[in-house]
Formats: sequence, structure tokens, C-alpha cells
Amino acid sequence: MAHENDLNLKATELRLGLPGTDESDDMVSTANNNKRASPESVDDSELKANSAAKSAENETSSASKSHIVGWPPVRSYRKSNLQPKKEDSETGMYVKVSMDGAPFLRKVDLKVYNGYTDLLKALESMFKLRIGEYSEREGYKGSEYAPAYEDKDGDLMLVGDVPWDMFMSSCKRLRIKKGSEAKGLGWAV
Amino acid sequence: MVNYFPEEVLEHVFSFLTSHRDRNAVSLVCKSWYNVERFSRGKVFIGNCYAISPERLISRFPRVRSLTLKGKPHFADFNLVLHDWGGYVYPWIEAMAKGCTNLEELRLKRMLVSDASLELIAKSFPNFKSLVLVSCEGFTTDGLAAIASNCRFLRELDLQENEVEDPRGQWLSCFPDSCTSLASLNFACLKGEVNLAALERLVARCRNLKSLRLNHAVPPDVLQKILARAPQLVDLGAGSFVHDPESETYNKLKNVMQKCTSIRSLSGFLDVNARCLPAIYPICINLSSLNLSYAPGIYSKELVKLIRKCKKLQCLWILDTIGDKGLSVVASACKELQELRVFKSDPNDVGNAAVTEEGLVAISAGCPNLNSLLYFCRQMTNTALITVAKNCPNFIRFRLCTLDPITPDAVTMQPLDNGFGAIVQSCKGLKRLSVSGLLTDQVFLYIGMYAEQLEMLSIAFAGNSDKGMVYVLNGCKKLKKLEIRDSPFGNMALLADTGKYETMRSLWMSSCKVTFGACKSLAEKMPRLNVEIINEGDEMEGGSDDRQNVEKMYLYRTLVGPRKDAPDSVWTL
Repeated sequence: MAHENDLNLKATELRLGLPGTDESDDMVSTANNNKRASPESVDDSELKANSAAKSAENETSSASKSHIVGWPPVRSYRKSNLQPKKEDSETGMYVKVSMDGAPFLRKVDLKVYNGYTDLLKALESMFKLRIGEYSEREGYKGSEYAPAYEDKDGDLMLVGDVPWDMFMSSCKRLRIKKGSEAKGLGWAV
Repeated sequence: MVNYFPEEVLEHVFSFLTSHRDRNAVSLVCKSWYNVERFSRGKVFIGNCYAISPERLISRFPRVRSLTLKGKPHFADFNLVLHDWGGYVYPWIEAMAKGCTNLEELRLKRMLVSDASLELIAKSFPNFKSLVLVSCEGFTTDGLAAIASNCRFLRELDLQENEVEDPRGQWLSCFPDSCTSLASLNFACLKGEVNLAALERLVARCRNLKSLRLNHAVPPDVLQKILARAPQLVDLGAGSFVHDPESETYNKLKNVMQKCTSIRSLSGFLDVNARCLPAIYPICINLSSLNLSYAPGIYSKELVKLIRKCKKLQCLWILDTIGDKGLSVVASACKELQELRVFKSDPNDVGNAAVTEEGLVAISAGCPNLNSLLYFCRQMTNTALITVAKNCPNFIRFRLCTLDPITPDAVTMQPLDNGFGAIVQSCKGLKRLSVSGLLTDQVFLYIGMYAEQLEMLSIAFAGNSDKGMVYVLNGCKKLKKLEIRDSPFGNMALLADTGKYETMRSLWMSSCKVTFGACKSLAEKMPRLNVEIINEGDEMEGGSDDRQNVEKMYLYRTLVGPRKDAPDSVWTL
């Protein structure tokens, strides 16, 4: 009934505090409008907010937010027993591998390899070729193939320059370059 | 007229009173009721083990069969209390072993339980039936072995979230072949291996087994065999649920699950491969309780697919990987939901939680029966809380935890006072409240005014002045436990109403503005309170300065004076 609804609305409106004080007026306007409080009460509540923030900050000035003891309040049992799992630990991290001249592409799961040596060995066996030794200065020497990859920005990069973890998260696709094109990839000469 | 009832009649009438509060009330009526009640009370609840002594307990309730004891203060859960602060159960067991050997049930929370205590239990109580340990520590599986070997009528062994050393791992084999009485076995928190063959045999011979929660060391193939033997299970905690969905084991598990039509409560999945979850789809429709809060690495999509089928769900514990969108699906599927707990999926990381106020609002809109909430979220708004208050006026427990303890309303940047104010105003039955976010004294004014049934309040990084705490102490007539950390409440508030503390179980204040001098004067004034100061550093060495702020203070009412088992770092004033 309309009357009851009215009462209900009033009941959920926040009108409290000692009658006639500024506080209750402020709260009424905030609750009524559900918008930003009117200018006078903004000052008031900003003051409160600031002082609250200040006093809270004073209490925790020595501890940054991320190192407050016991916050967020999670039971130590839960903390030590819940193993967070990375998002893609189940589906693997599959990237396409293309080789110049090969009729079709392959896919490899980067997660199953321990590092570059592992990955390169796997590629060598997959495509029946030799890739050669990596050196920072000269890229891959000793064969006509060089492994490259496309990163997040779409640039073609030589495999092996960055740490393995960084490679894993930035590699979108592998390309095995052959012959003269391989020469262009970071070979000093 | 009351005096003309023979005692047997009174006793019979009292036997219908199950809650200890009712019994406490009845015992205050007159001397004869007090006496009838005390001889007939079988279950005793002691909320603070230092409020009374075991000897006095036994002399008042000589026929006690079931004892519940709580030890450390709640904030001990979050590493705010020293390991050796106290809460030893041994003296209680020793006293009961001398004076009350018909003890059947012991339920302990946050207590220090040694193997010697467990061994003493096993030796002293021939009718012992039920041991429930929650968040306890100090024992190993050797103690459990003693219980298993000796308690011939053991019905319940329930270990919840305890830290247990497991030197030998053979405790399960200690249940003798003659033990067939187990109805409830929960060892999910044990970290070590268990004898799987012994487990299977145990399950096979305990035909009354209704509740079984396994640890991570029980693989799916054993789970399948167990379920085949115990299709009558009502409550199941799966251990490891990782296997190849193409395998024979998985098929068998799927088939046997379908027959477990009695399962109403599901938990565990301590190690899980989400592709195997479809095995439990057939029982989802029967579930009233689902706890996936220890199951790592299930995507929101998979979670939602599962929960969607749980149309009768009343209680859901989940990780925040479910996300706001996932919570919307829960809201549309689980109309009977009463309790929801959303935990951080990475509890050690202070990075972003994946749920916000949107998820909570969605839940409140879809689940009007919601009465219990624990919600770890990245942000909150007053508008959201006001909406939640309107949608769900039945909250009994409302605990909100924002990642940043002083985060303001995410939209207006105002304090969250109004939001929590709406909650206490609307939820007239609210008994437990934890607030967080940017909060001024105003929120405590609201709490004092409206939270008439409030029994427990947790405050962190909130308020501006002593007024805040005073509002609460003055207004909340039923307040039993108040715990405050990192808030600017000081001596004026502490000493404003010292008599109030005798009506409460306890008060915890840490990193507030209370001084040593004020604590001392409180302790002097109130002999029936123990006022304990916990020192971690050497701040108090070389005499104490009355004007110095106290780092941690815990006070509680007691009938037995200062305790004698406090470590050096705890001072009772």
C-alpha cells in the first residue's frame, strides 16, 4: 500500500543523529539525493574524510598498505594452504610454429619446456633440422636456420635474447627462418 | 506455584531447552530451578576458557557430557596474537579426568592441544564419542593415533583448519577392526599421507558414516572406491580431484557419483582439474552446501557451470575468481542462498580482488534469504550497501573486507558510513558485523543507534575520535565481543563505561591510543576483569611509562582472577 511504501522509504532513508545538528542534515541530503553531497556538507564530510585518512595514515605510517600485518584478515591456515594457480596452467600456452617452406604449421605448448635449450631441441626434432648455437653477439651460428618469434607488438624477434619467463609471456608465435633471411636476424656480419 | 512442581517435572521441562542461553536464563529464576538445571545440564559452552576454571565448572555441572571451549582471541587468526599466548586445554582434560569421566564430547576452538592432552582424553573417558578441533595447534598425528586406538565408541573426529604435524602418518590404521561407530571423519587439514587401504576398510565397516572429508593425499581412484562403499554419505570432502577425463578411473567415478544421491554438502577439491568437474554435475541438484574455497585454479566459467546446477544451494564458499559476472549467475540460479563467503584467491597477494560491489548487489537482488556474508572485495560504494540493505533485511552476520582497509566509496570518494549505516538500520537481527573501508565516527553513531542485537563487532582502521567507540559501547546493549585495531580510540573511550566490560566476553584493542596508565587504572577499578597487555618488543622493559601507548590490550571478564599460564610477554595488570 502506498502508505506502507512511504514508511518503508523513510525507514531506509538515513535520518539520524541528534535532531537539529549539522550532521543529521548532511546525512539527510546525502541519502536523499544519492548524489554528491551539497557543497556545505562536502566540506564537512571531506574534513571528516581527511581527518579519518590522516589518523589512519598516522597509525600505519610505518607500514605501507601492502605490508600491514594481518590485513586483509585471512586465517593463517588458509594463507598457507591455498595454492594460487596461474590462469593458464590448465590449457597450456600453445603457439603456432611456422617454418619457411613447410606445407603446414605446427603448434607447441611453451609450458612444457624448461628453457630455450629444451624448446630448440624440440623444434629441431619436430622439423628435422639443426638450429645452431646461440650467442648474444652473433645470433645463431652454424646452420642455415634461426628461430624467431613475434612478440606482443607484432615485431619479429630473435629467440634467446630475453629471459625465458619474459619470452613465454611475450611470444605470440614462432617462426623458423631459413637461409638468407636468417642472416638478417641479428647476425653481426 | 513453581515450588509445587516436583524436580523430575522441572527436569523434564528443561530437557527441551537446548540452547545454553535458555538454560542460563532458567537457572537465574530461583535457587531450586538453578539446582535442577545444573544437575541436568549435559552440554556446557565456555566462550573464553579463562573466564572460569575447570574445577568450578565440574562442581556446578557434575553431569556435563559435552564441553565446548574457546581459547585465543579472534585476531589470533590473523597473526596478531603470540603463538604461546595461552589457551591450553590440558588442565581442562586433567580436571575432567578426575571429576567427570563420563565426558563424551569435546569441541575446541583456537586452543593449544598437545599430544599429551589427546592421549589423556583417550585414556580417561570410556564413553568418549566426539572430538571437534577448529583452528587448534600443538598436536601431531601421534595424538590422533591415541584417539583412534582407544576411543571404542568414537562417532566423530572432525579436524577443521588445524596446523598438525605429521611425523608418522599411520594414525588412520590405528582404528581397530572393531571400530564401526564412526559417523563423521574429517581429516582434510592433514598434510601427510594416509594409509589408503586402511581408509577403505574403515569406510567399509562404518555403515553409519555420513560425513567424510579427505585430505589431498587421497587420489581419485581411492575416492571412487570409497564412494562405492559409502553411497549413504551426506557430506563429502574430496581430496585430490585431478585425473585424466579420458581415463577409466574418471568413468568409474562419474558412475559412482550418480549413485550418491544423499550428498547434500560438498567441499575440498584441494587439487583439481576443472575438466573433471562434470563428474559431480549429477549431484549438484541435491546440494545445499558447496565449499570450493580451497580449490585452486578453477576458472570463473567452470565455476559458474557447476554452480548453475545447484538450484537448492543454501551455503556457498567460493574464491573471488568467480568474478562479478559469475556472482550474477549465482544470483539467478541459487534462489535459496542464505550464506555466501567470497575469499581472495591469492591470500598472500595484496593485489586486486576480482569482485566489487557489483557482484554483491547482484547477489542481494537475486537471493533475498541471504543472512550471512563474508566478502573480500576490491572496492565498495555506499549506494551498493544501501541497495543490499534494502534487498536483504535478514542479515545476521555481515562481514565486509575491502582490500585497502581505508578505501572510500569508489564512486563518490566519501566515507562508507552511510552504507554500513543502512545495513544496521535495515537488518534488525544483525548479530555480527565487520566493517572496513574509509569510516568516520559517524558509522559508529549509526551502529550504536541501530544495531540492537549486535553481539560481535570488528573494527579496523576506522573512526576519528573516542566518540566513535563510546557510541558503540553506549548503544549496543547486547555487545559481547569488540575487537579493534589501528583506530584512534584512546583512554577516554576505554574508561567511559568500565562496568560495560563485565557484560561482555572480551575487548581487544591493538595499535590504538590507549595508554599503559589507563589500562592500569581500569584493572584496578575492575577486579573481575583480566586486563592483559601483550608486549612484543622490549618497549616495556625497565619500568613502564604510564603515558606510553599500549600496542596490544586484551581484556575479558573472569571469575577466577589472573591466569597463571601467561608467558613472560603477556602482563596481566
